[in-house]
Amino acid sequence: MDRILFGDNQFFAVNHISDEKSRAQSIRFKDDEAIINTLDIARDAGLNTFMCTTHDRIANICDFIRANPDRYSNYKIFPCMPYAHKYANAVTESGIAGTLKQYVPGNFFGSLFKGGVAYLSKDYVSIMELLIDAEMKMFKGINTPVIFLQNVVTDLLLGLGMMDILTAFHSYVEKKYNAEAGFITMNMPMLLEKLEAAGIQNPIICSSINLAGFRMSGGKELYESVLKTKTVRAIAMQVLAGGAINAKDAIKYVCELPNIQSILFGASSKANITQTVNYIKEFDKEGELNFK
Amino acid sequence: MLKAGIIGLGKMGISHAAIVGANPDVHFTSICDTSSLVLDVFKKYTKLNTYNDYIKMLDKEPLDFILVATPTKFHYPIVKYALEKNIHVFCEKPFSLTSQQGIELTELALSKSLINQVGYHNHFIGTFRELHRLLKENVIGDIVHFTGEAYGPVVTKEKGNTWRSNPDEGGGCTSDYAAHVINLIQEIIGKPVHVNGTLLKSIYSVGVDDAVYSLLTLENNISGVLLVNWSDDTYRKMSTSLTVQGKKGKIVCDATEIKIYLKEPSSTENLDKGWTTKYITDFAIPVNYYLRGEEYSAQIEYFVNNVKNKKQGTYNTFEQALYTDRVIEMIMDNAKQN
Repeated sequence: MDRILFGDNQFFAVNHISDEKSRAQSIRFKDDEAIINTLDIARDAGLNTFMCTTHDRIANICDFIRANPDRYSNYKIFPCMPYAHKYANAVTESGIAGTLKQYVPGNFFGSLFKGGVAYLSKDYVSIMELLIDAEMKMFKGINTPVIFLQNVVTDLLLGLGMMDILTAFHSYVEKKYNAEAGFITMNMPMLLEKLEAAGIQNPIICSSINLAGFRMSGGKELYESVLKTKTVRAIAMQVLAGGAINAKDAIKYVCELPNIQSILFGASSKANITQTVNYIKEFDKEGELNFK
Repeated sequence: MLKAGIIGLGKMGISHAAIVGANPDVHFTSICDTSSLVLDVFKKYTKLNTYNDYIKMLDKEPLDFILVATPTKFHYPIVKYALEKNIHVFCEKPFSLTSQQGIELTELALSKSLINQVGYHNHFIGTFRELHRLLKENVIGDIVHFTGEAYGPVVTKEKGNTWRSNPDEGGGCTSDYAAHVINLIQEIIGKPVHVNGTLLKSIYSVGVDDAVYSLLTLENNISGVLLVNWSDDTYRKMSTSLTVQGKKGKIVCDATEIKIYLKEPSSTENLDKGWTTKYITDFAIPVNYYLRGEEYSAQIEYFVNNVKNKKQGTYNTFEQALYTDRVIEMIMDNAKQN
């Protein structure tokens, strides 16, 4: 994994500390071209991994990448699935069965309903695999070495204690896509403990890690101690806590923590992208010097 | 360890199940739903006891508390049955279909000293808590007007029927979406006592409202506007906000930020003249397990602690939720008159 991963929240009106900013972003990135331009600015700054939600609009970006193979020869995408709001809104409107009917491809689910409950109870993992395939379709032909499960699903399954489904996700993306599974979570210490117990060693876990302690369930100290004492390939996200803390201090904090393989961030402007990249490089270098 | 069960496993029930499941003080033992699909998944992947009949579950399982997240029309019989069996109850909003039912349940819970709470989760969002505190401290002076708003993309096309399309089952925008805003206004600014000029609009739905616009007068004579529309897909998800205008300034508050405008600086609050924006990062309530917003976890942690300590909380009591149901009735009656 690259040291720095470029995220996509800014493209899809996701801003964790301001609804107003998120609406402004949704206007700014109305056209796919604006997204591609920003990705290019990030590429110029050396960021060749785009970690993104399986949002409908990413399909257009993938088309563009496929159409320009030379330009994107080293480019990687880390898909994060599912785009949860699509399903959440559908569940409110049509219930769980209705939502599955709508999104599980083909006649599979129709035939399941006809086949009745007995048949159904055997095959939830197959349903999940079909949903993964449906979400992965848009990335055909693009290098996707790590495939992530979004935090709302990871954390839901974690809370429900359905670890079998998380391990099934882990093995399916490996088997079918020759990729590693990654897990996005807001509960990194709890997830790591449960994944280890389920037999997954040294997992890739992406979670909020920031100086402010924002969205670090169980507390910042617990996260720090897990990073120091356990084996995990951690990705830090929300390092700026949504912009609420000073960028320099925020990045210094994350760069100095052990076991952080990658830092994920998203930004819209060239100035912000360059500044963040430069800070990471600066503090990484300082860390190396101190180490020597 | 407190033994817990959940009745109703739709979106809210499943979310509660994960939160309760992750709580170290709770032994989550049982669930009840009518969907065999949902029950099967739980049967296969968890150790929970599954039921399709709440009476059987409540008769058989020794429970300290239940969470009720069924469609609204089932709240009354389920909550009543649980209270009669001395089980503490967390019930989803809106509380009940009629205030008669709500009164009965509230009195029953009080008479049996059972811990009760309703899922108005906005009170567990730090920014709204801060708004409440600033208003109590009179930072913007006498209040002259408020606007309570919520917008979101729930019903964005014409579609078939679910329980949400039946006005007698509490399915419209007013009882589902606007309830949150009414409850916030009621607890943070003041209880609405008069309703005027209500417009209920069906945009894509048939038979129920997709938007409600209404003028509210509160017990403290403050008046303001309620504007709620759940058929607005310019919003990625539900966005709830309160704007309060005072003689000395104004506050605009939503789940992510609180913007304060003051005519003169406040030294006690360390606020400048003009606009100050503060973010949820400063106010978020720390939780031990996060699923989809601190507020969803925080409200359950609060309820569980109250059950553990056998002490009724002050946030989101049945009584408060009953008042919100009454305001919804006033709005519906007013709409009919118009």
